[in-house]
Amino acid sequence: MRRSLATLLVALAICAGMNLFLAQFIEEYVVQVINMVGVSIILAVSLNVINGLTGQFSLGHAGFMAIGAYVSAFFTTDLSYFNPDTAEYVTDPALVSSVWGYLGALIAGGVAAAVAGVLVGIPTLRLKGDYLAIATLGFGEIVRILITNFEKVGGANGLSGVPQFQIVLSGEGKDALALDGTFFIFSFVIICVLLSAQLQRSTFGRALIAVRENELAAEVMGIPTVRMKIFAFVYGAFFAGIAGGLFAHLLQTVTPASFTFMKSVEVVVMLVLGGLGSMTGAIVGAIVLTVLPEALRDVEQEADLPGIRMVVYSLVLILLMIFRPQGIFGQRELSLRLLRRLVPGRRISGDETPKPSEDRKGTEL
Amino acid sequence: MTALLETKSLTIRFGGLTAVDSFNLSINEGDLFGLIGPNGAGKTTVFNMLTGVYLPTEGTAQFDGQLINGKNPVQVARLGISRTFQNIRLFDELSVLENAMTGAHQHARLTVWESLFRLPRHYKEEARQRERAYELLAFMGLDDRAGLTAKQLPYGHRRKLEIARALATEPRLICLDEPAAGMNTGEKSELSALIRKIRDELNVTVLVIEHDMKLVMGICEKVQVLDYGETIALGTPREVQNDPKVIEAYLGGD
Repeated sequence: MRRSLATLLVALAICAGMNLFLAQFIEEYVVQVINMVGVSIILAVSLNVINGLTGQFSLGHAGFMAIGAYVSAFFTTDLSYFNPDTAEYVTDPALVSSVWGYLGALIAGGVAAAVAGVLVGIPTLRLKGDYLAIATLGFGEIVRILITNFEKVGGANGLSGVPQFQIVLSGEGKDALALDGTFFIFSFVIICVLLSAQLQRSTFGRALIAVRENELAAEVMGIPTVRMKIFAFVYGAFFAGIAGGLFAHLLQTVTPASFTFMKSVEVVVMLVLGGLGSMTGAIVGAIVLTVLPEALRDVEQEADLPGIRMVVYSLVLILLMIFRPQGIFGQRELSLRLLRRLVPGRRISGDETPKPSEDRKGTEL
Repeated sequence: MTALLETKSLTIRFGGLTAVDSFNLSINEGDLFGLIGPNGAGKTTVFNMLTGVYLPTEGTAQFDGQLINGKNPVQVARLGISRTFQNIRLFDELSVLENAMTGAHQHARLTVWESLFRLPRHYKEEARQRERAYELLAFMGLDDRAGLTAKQLPYGHRRKLEIARALATEPRLICLDEPAAGMNTGEKSELSALIRKIRDELNVTVLVIEHDMKLVMGICEKVQVLDYGETIALGTPREVQNDPKVIEAYLGGD
């Protein structure tokens, strides 16, 4: 506990520092891409708990993300909509306007998505493999279509004017030294990554992996497989909801079109690229697949080859699947121990495993 | 003395096929009991009914006075029945140690929050599981391989790891489904000694399904013979071995 708390505080301080540095010295577009990377990392790491650790192939992540995005924006945004009774446009002022309110709205979005996770989980977890994938895909589409038809949050046009929040440290106006989107996003990245790593290295993490590896054996060992699967969905959905909220406040608009089936696939591709079941792999996958299309955009302009972006992008994926179908990391984690193993001249053998008295915690990341 | 495990006319039908018919079994605490029979006799089906994998069509099964048919595998495991599988089912990507630790998961008295936020009970639980897992790995002679992934283990060790994992659930009855399948003579005799040690030192009642007559006759004190879903003999190994019906089932009669 104390150790995790210390890690968390140090990481938050680094986030704050990074935020200030980026805002000061880096152009806005690049900062925007970096922020998107953060959102992608939360999505990929949370989906990894469902698809990677527990082995339940879900294609519903965009749905959970949409719920989080809309619920949080619902609290923070002035809602303008057409009232058919009075035949007038009305505007409801935002429910919250402070930074704390924003955090509350994000959490509310996460909780709403988690509740949806339970609701999807219970009926669909009887399904396996392809059938589960189809059912979760259907869930995502249902969420999107419901939102499209919900006029109060803008229907198909979505919501615009979603505000951005900042914590002003000193100064005023445009020159103020303030923590903004980058800080919020990367704070949640840290929380999500830290909790997921701690989940993975606990008796519950092993239970989730046991469900993936052999469901019948897990059950016979007394692991409540259904409960573990629902837990994985709830956990993944919560962070997808948070990511959705951060995404909405980053782009300042939310439209149903952002949460199509393709968004879910995109996150799955991040996992597969990094190595399904590896959290560090998920992080690397999220970074590569968020940065790559943007980097290629520049190449496209300079080489005057419009459209080459998607060709290269696809090519990278195809080559990876040919030469490393298990993903960059396979199921391994990038850890200090693995790095040590890569240093020549040292070999790790079976007898280097810690004995019961030794402490194994804290070697990850 | 009431039996630890008792089934009365346990029957299961798959469509028109009666896989096991009116199966009666009575095992006392501390028994080393063998269930044998030719291929397709219904031995594994019996195990599946006892551990909640299959729901019997008729009959009852009682464990320590509690009805267990109709309970799911998780509930059965909680009551204290554990098992291994004929086709080994390990958690291949977990380490040998972690495999054994998952067996101890059901006794964890902590919430997921305590693990997520690394509260003191998380560390206590991890230490407890690791210690117990090491004890059992040492018992099975696998402690020097604790750090390998399960899929790296050679066949004979995989069988042993499965037994260690089952023992980590702290069962009162362990059901071993063909533990010696595919082992050579040396490994078999080592395994026989281990099975006896499980009963003698860990005080766990053992029910073994086995093909290998020599192994069963060597270690079991009571043997029941199953053929086409029906019990054809019950007694000490010596009695059973000389039973004409058993000889007919194994060697074929005219």
